[in-house]
Order: sequence, then C-alpha cells, then structure tokens
Amino acid sequence: MPASIVVNDIRKWYGDTHAVDGVSFTVESGEFFGILGPNGAGKTTTLEIIEGLREPDGGTVSLLGLPPWPRNAKLLPRIGVQLQATSFFERLTAREQIRTFAALYGTPPARADEMLEIVGLADKADTRTEQLSGGQTQRLSIACALVHGPDVVFLDEPTAALDPQARRNLWDLLRGINAQGRTVVLTTHYMDEAELLCDRVAVMDAGKILQLGPPAALVRELEAPNRISVETGTLPVDEARTLFPDAEVDDDGVSLTISTRNPALVLSTLAERNALRGLSVRGATLEDVFLTLTGREYRA
Amino acid sequence: MTSFLALARAMLLGYRRDRTALFFTLLFPLIFLVIFGGLFKSGGIPKSSVVLVGSVPLVEQLPADGHGQLDQVLKISRTDDVNAAIAKVRSGDAAAAIEQHGNQLVVHYSQADATAAGTVRGVVESLVQSANLAASGQPPRFSVQAEQVEDKALKPIQYFTPGILGYAIAIGATFGAAATLVTWRQKKILRRLTLSPVKVPAVIGARIVVAVGIALVQMVIFIAIASLPYFGLKLSHSWWMAIPLILCGTLAFMSIGLLAGAKAKSTEAASAIANLITIPMAFLSGSFFPIEGAPGWIQGKMGILLGFALVLGGIAAWLFRWDDV
Repeated sequence: MPASIVVNDIRKWYGDTHAVDGVSFTVESGEFFGILGPNGAGKTTTLEIIEGLREPDGGTVSLLGLPPWPRNAKLLPRIGVQLQATSFFERLTAREQIRTFAALYGTPPARADEMLEIVGLADKADTRTEQLSGGQTQRLSIACALVHGPDVVFLDEPTAALDPQARRNLWDLLRGINAQGRTVVLTTHYMDEAELLCDRVAVMDAGKILQLGPPAALVRELEAPNRISVETGTLPVDEARTLFPDAEVDDDGVSLTISTRNPALVLSTLAERNALRGLSVRGATLEDVFLTLTGREYRA
Repeated sequence: MTSFLALARAMLLGYRRDRTALFFTLLFPLIFLVIFGGLFKSGGIPKSSVVLVGSVPLVEQLPADGHGQLDQVLKISRTDDVNAAIAKVRSGDAAAAIEQHGNQLVVHYSQADATAAGTVRGVVESLVQSANLAASGQPPRFSVQAEQVEDKALKPIQYFTPGILGYAIAIGATFGAAATLVTWRQKKILRRLTLSPVKVPAVIGARIVVAVGIALVQMVIFIAIASLPYFGLKLSHSWWMAIPLILCGTLAFMSIGLLAGAKAKSTEAASAIANLITIPMAFLSGSFFPIEGAPGWIQGKMGILLGFALVLGGIAAWLFRWDDV
C-alpha cells in the first residue's frame, strides 16, 4: 500500500522563531501515527502544513499522493480534520451542526444521524453545542470530522481537558476509526494516550523530531531502570542496600523502592525472603522517554 | 448548492436564536417607531401660548366660531399683572403677551422663538383687520380658506416608517456581517470551512441571502405595524420600489459590516465600529428627523461622510492585523 503522508524536510519560520525546523516522516496507509511534544514544540504547525492550512517555507508534503497547498478541492473530501479549538456554528444543536458539515461534503443527513449514533450522542441530538460537556463536544467535533468518511483523519489534541472517563471513552472511538482502515494522525501531550493508541510516535521539540518509532521500541531504547517497590517494613532499608549494592534503594515511609537494571535478581531475592507484600513493578514509560528527550525544565 | 443552502440555514438559525441580535435589529427600532409614531401622531406645529393682560375686548367680543378658530392656533390664558405676563414671555413660557389700551392692541413678544412670535403677530393682525372691516360695515369681498397640506400628504408616520426601517436594516446588515465574520474567525469556523470542499462564493452568497432575507422580514414587520390604524401608515403608489432599494441598502451596509468585521478582534469591537459608522449616518442622513432645518455644514453630508471615512480609515489601518494570534 502506498504511504498516506510523505513529509519531506518541511520548515516554517515566524520571524526568528523556527516553529518547524526540518521535519520529515512518512505515515503508512491505515497507520495510527502520533506527534508528541510539549506546548510550542511545533506539533500544530506541522499538522496545519500537512492539512494544507499553511504554506511551508521549505520542504514538500504529499498527502494521498497530492500536494495539500494550495487548497486542493479534490483532496479535501478525502481528509477529515478536527481542529484544536472546537469550531462549531453558533447556537445550533448537535444534529443541526453535523448535518451542516455533512451537507458541505454532499453527505446525506441520514449518514450524519448515523454518525451521531456512533459517537454516542443520539440522545443529545437536540441539545445546543454550547450546552454539551467537554467530552461530548470533542466527540461531536470528531463526528463532524468523520461524517464524510475520509481516508485520513487529523486530530489535534482531541483529549485535552477531558476527565479520565471521557478520555477512555474517546480512545475506544479513535481505535474504532483506525480499525476501519482509516489513517489517523494525532497530536497529544499525553504519553499514556500515545503509548496506548499509536502504532508509531514522533517526539517533537523546538520544531524538530527528536525520536521516531513504535512507543514500546522507544521505551526499550531508553534502557531505563525498573522500579520495584514493596510495602515499607517488609524488608529493612539497610538490608536491601546490602543485598542489592548496584541498585538505588529508597524508603519514603510508605514503600521501599528499588531501582535496578537487573529486575530478575531483585525479584527472585525478594521472593526467596517472602518479602513481596504490596509488590509493584514499573518499567519506563513513554513519559520517561519524553522527559529524557525534552528535558524537565518548566516551560509555559 | 447543498453547501450554500446548508450554510444559509445555519446562519439563519443562529440569527433566529440570538436574542441580542433580534433585539437590536427588530425590537429596538420598533420601539423607536412606536415612540416617534405615537409622539408625533397629531403632527403639525404645536400651539403657541398667549397671555391676555387684563381686559382685551377685541378677543373677548369674538363670536363663538371665531373663538373656536383662535383656539386651534393659540392657547390662551389670562392675567391682570403686566409684569408677570412679560416675565412669562421673557422666560419662554408664553409666545406673547397681549394687552389692549383703548383701540390699540399691544403685543409683547420675544424674538427667541421667532416662529411662534410670528404666528401670534399674524393672528393678532388678522383679528385687527377683521375688526376694522366689521367696523366699516362692508361685507368682506375676499376670503381665505387655509389648509395645512402636511395633514393630508405627509403624516409623521409616513416619514418615520421608512427612516426607522432604513435604520433597522442598516443596523441589521452591518452588525450581522461584522459579527458573523468575527465570531467565525474567532471560533475557527472559517478555518474549518477552508478544510471542507465548500467554495468561497457559497459562503459569501449564503451570508448575502440571509442578510437580504432578514431585511425583507424587517420591512414586512415594520410596514405591518405602522399600518395599524393607530399609526395609520398609508402605502402610496410605487411603494414596491422600496424592495430594490432595500436590497441595495442591505448590500451597502453589509460591506461596512464586512469591513468592521475584517478589522475587529472581538464581537464587541466589531459592534462598536459598526455603531461608530451607522449612528452618525442615521442622524446625518435625516432618517430620524428632517434635517432641512439643520445648519448648512451638517446638510453638506458629503464632506462629513468623507471626514468619517478618513477618521475610520485611519482607525482601521491602525487596527489591521493578519491573524488572531
């Protein structure tokens, strides 16, 4: 299958700021691709260049084999876009909203109603969008992006500012979209989201891609220590330090935590001593990769 | 075509559910119409009040129908104190004070209200003339029948209805266009639309059709209310020529709104700019009041409007920016 998106060395400057500074990647057809990065990393600008909202100052983009800039009316029905700000017509109900978007693509209203059903908003069809909750608004926004059955879907931080239930709910929806064979490109700054959903992620900062690959591979590459903790008192701290001289041992009064690159040894030793009460083992996450790559300093 | 209809529908629904917009484009001008229409219902010149000092036999001896005619133009009161009467004239509470010394009538008037003073003098002179004629014992050869033309041709409601309707349409078209542009840009709907296959003419066309539709609805409602017997508007020949006029006016004011919307950052700013343009226009154009009596420099609207254009142009250039961020 041909690649859905080929991005080749795109650049965008705003004055002296290099919002996007030489970004290249390829998204295969049917892939779930994530762009990760802190605020101001250039994620949204990258997405906007690929969608054809902005002209790159350098580099080329091929979207479904066509250049997205200048505005290409043949390409637009094949892509679905959910913008960061939920952009709805004012004072319309959910049903009127999605039917209006459907009509813009020549999609029949019945299909719009069906889409409302799929995102679980059938009972909110007659509610004005201003009165929907955050999660409902996002689902409607995604439904509006999908109503015409696009091949490629762009989602810009779809789960920002949602509560945990609404996020999980939305993840199921996004997985379903991808399972239908649509290519999905998503930006987020939630690591768990990227780790769970994406086939591959690009970690971006300061307009550049720092790492690119499947989340699990990125985590493995980090070779970060595993953190094994048991309940405090199960094993005295001094004894732990003597037992595992290579590991870092810490007791905060609730848990005894042993950070080690040799988890097998630690776990078997603890098991021998029957000191596994309250055991938890945590490997590195995408968050560790992210923080290692982008640094921990505070940024606005 | 479907996208054009869908957009027009979305705009119309949004307008119909916007209470503020409904208030300012329909109810607010209607209040003006009701107030002005009710206030100036009788029309014509208000009566001049006149103070008779002491005994004025010339007036008192008039026959009953003569008194009636006099009461149509003058509001007569009496006093015995000359100084009090003159003080009333001086303070503007009365147009004139009249006293009679033997066969001579003395009229004290103030030039402050020249029209009223002139009316009173004319009335008194005609009284004296007819008294002289009556004294000569000759039957009058010539007579005058005065008819106030305005009463039959141009009642105030005939004047206010088109004026205030024009104002309502101007406000509706200007604000509608400005607010749509600003909120659509602010809420990124314009951006979202550029990502759909909708064509630019469909977006603009929908906006125009909605604005024109709203203007025609305003016209129907205004004419219907003004035609109530209480206000008594009468449509004269070729009234339907108002329709093409309304279409042109709507487009012209829409363009002002689009300019305001292009420059303004928020809806509030857009409506402030639209107000800044439309309200002086409403007064200077004479859509509320006849401006024939206004000083020449105001009547020279062209110059004023040019001045506004320059000032607004300056502000617009100062406010201009390419994007929200």
